[in-house]
Amino acid sequence: MLLIDCPFCGQRPEIEFRYAGEAHVLRPIDPRECEDEEWAAYLYRRRNPAGDHAERWHHVHGCRRFFNARRHTVTDLFSGSYPAGTPGPECEAGQ
Amino acid sequence: MRFSALTLLRSAFDGQSRYPHQWRKADPRPSYDVIVIGGGGHGLATAYYLAKEYGVTNVAVIEKGWIGGGNTGRNTTIIRSNYLFDESAALYDHALTLWRGLSQELNYNVMFSPRGVLMLAHTVHDVQSIKRHVHANRLNGVDNAWLTRAQVAAFCPGLNMSPEARHPIVGAALQRSGGTARHDAVAWGFARAASARGVDIIENCEVVGIRRRIDGAVAGVETSRGFIGARKIGVVTAGRSSQVMAMADVRLPIESYPLQALVSEPTKPVLDCVVMSNTVHGYVSQSDKGELVIGAGSDAYVSYSQAGSAHVAAEAIGAVCELFPQFARMRMLRNWGGIVDLTPDRSPIIGKTPVPGLYANCGWGTGGFKATPGSGHIFAHTLATGDPHPIAAPFSLDRFLTGRLINEAAAAAVAH
Ligand SMILES: Cc1cc2nc3c(=O)[nH]c(=O)nc-3n(C[C@H](O)[C@H](O)[C@H](O)COP(=O)(O)OP(=O)(O)OC[C@H]3O[C@@H](n4cnc5c(N)ncnc54)[C@H](O)[C@@H]3O)c2cc1C
Ligand SMILES: [Zn+2]
Repeated sequence: MLLIDCPFCGQRPEIEFRYAGEAHVLRPIDPRECEDEEWAAYLYRRRNPAGDHAERWHHVHGCRRFFNARRHTVTDLFSGSYPAGTPGPECEAGQ
Repeated sequence: MRFSALTLLRSAFDGQSRYPHQWRKADPRPSYDVIVIGGGGHGLATAYYLAKEYGVTNVAVIEKGWIGGGNTGRNTTIIRSNYLFDESAALYDHALTLWRGLSQELNYNVMFSPRGVLMLAHTVHDVQSIKRHVHANRLNGVDNAWLTRAQVAAFCPGLNMSPEARHPIVGAALQRSGGTARHDAVAWGFARAASARGVDIIENCEVVGIRRRIDGAVAGVETSRGFIGARKIGVVTAGRSSQVMAMADVRLPIESYPLQALVSEPTKPVLDCVVMSNTVHGYVSQSDKGELVIGAGSDAYVSYSQAGSAHVAAEAIGAVCELFPQFARMRMLRNWGGIVDLTPDRSPIIGKTPVPGLYANCGWGTGGFKATPGSGHIFAHTLATGDPHPIAAPFSLDRFLTGRLINEAAAAAVAH
């Protein structure tokens, strides 16, 4: 089980959280205006790296807030978490 | 060497010691007509059918580890075809048809055992959704039947049918023609049959890059054993599809998650069918060695760790013990994870990519073992002719652009 560092509550076990996917996926400003390619990329295409991954977590059984964290997807080790809305860390491209 | 009753008998007298290697250990040639990346069941089946059905024998299967060491050797081997949508029913039922004759076709015992797959209903919602599947299946000519509570109890006497259970069983769908097969034998059988038809099976050779020509088309693959040229490349690398496709700058609608399974100590035969439950979320069958084979739901987060979290496996055990309280005292021997590539609609991607000469057969997620022969068969057509097989056509990559999803995820809530 992962030990996840909520920026508001500290380290808590994974079962208190819900995973909410890759972070920093930007919604096109006006979906009616954007190309299908851009919309498909927003909806479906993900980096899915074998390496550092910026991801969203929801502390459903705690403060109930969303936040972002950076985790290495091969070792599952976290290397920091930060409030939603702040810019993401530089992630290496992964293999 | 062809297997027969006679070879078995002879081997009984010489200590089973005279079996030759079942496939050639090939060294890479400078180039091939087709390179299949990934030596799991799907990749090996693709190569076999390329050679057998389309006469394309200048083919290499390139595997970074040993064949069948990926999800093919890690899965719980449930085979069924009772999917909701027409496209999926056609796809999985095509595979089920091939499973029936596969041991004869390959002259290799894949131990396909159509012992029946029971999908339990515990709630009103389950009943409605499962009956909808049964009716849709009937319209598509796919075997599936609704069993009442009493019929379930008669079919699988070990189940806890108590109305006092936390999630009482109220009925089930039964696909009698579904069941299990021996996963390793499937990889070995396809490898042996493909190799016999001239396919090179190259193990311990990792693809690290995809080389492109000036016009953008594929030129071959960079590997840990050097460059190998190819006119066409099929990517069949479950659990690693995003990375391999990224080598050709293709970003897929796929995320990779751990999926766990576990087996118990072996015991005498106690369970002669496959039992699945989406509501309590566990599934179980008994292998021919006697182990209970238990599958869990996928883990919550993207990962390549092939481990997953302990509480996910514990929940699956809890679910199985709820269905079969008599299993509660059994010891679990092994627990492992595989990495499954999940698409947003939980249906696979089979076909062309934006890169000329590059084809994908991936995204089979938590449920691709059952499709192994069918997947190889239709993907071979795609690779040989350049056009998708009619059954594969709806599973194109561009469905995520057009919006024509085949949403088995929404239909089942979980997919296996
Ligand atoms: C725990 C678990 C339980 C499951 N249960 C079921 C079930 O009951 N029923 C069912 O139908 N399905 C099930 N599945 C899903 C099923 O296992 C897969 O969908 C299926 O086996 C995929 O087959 P494959 O041949 O595509 O993949 P794999 O067997 O994983 O083959 C892919 C191969 O590609 C190789 N590869 C990757 N990258 C490279 C590279 N760069 N260069 C060279 N080679 C590379 C890998 O080493 C691997 O051998 C389960 C999966 C898991 C993990
Ligand atoms: Zn919190």
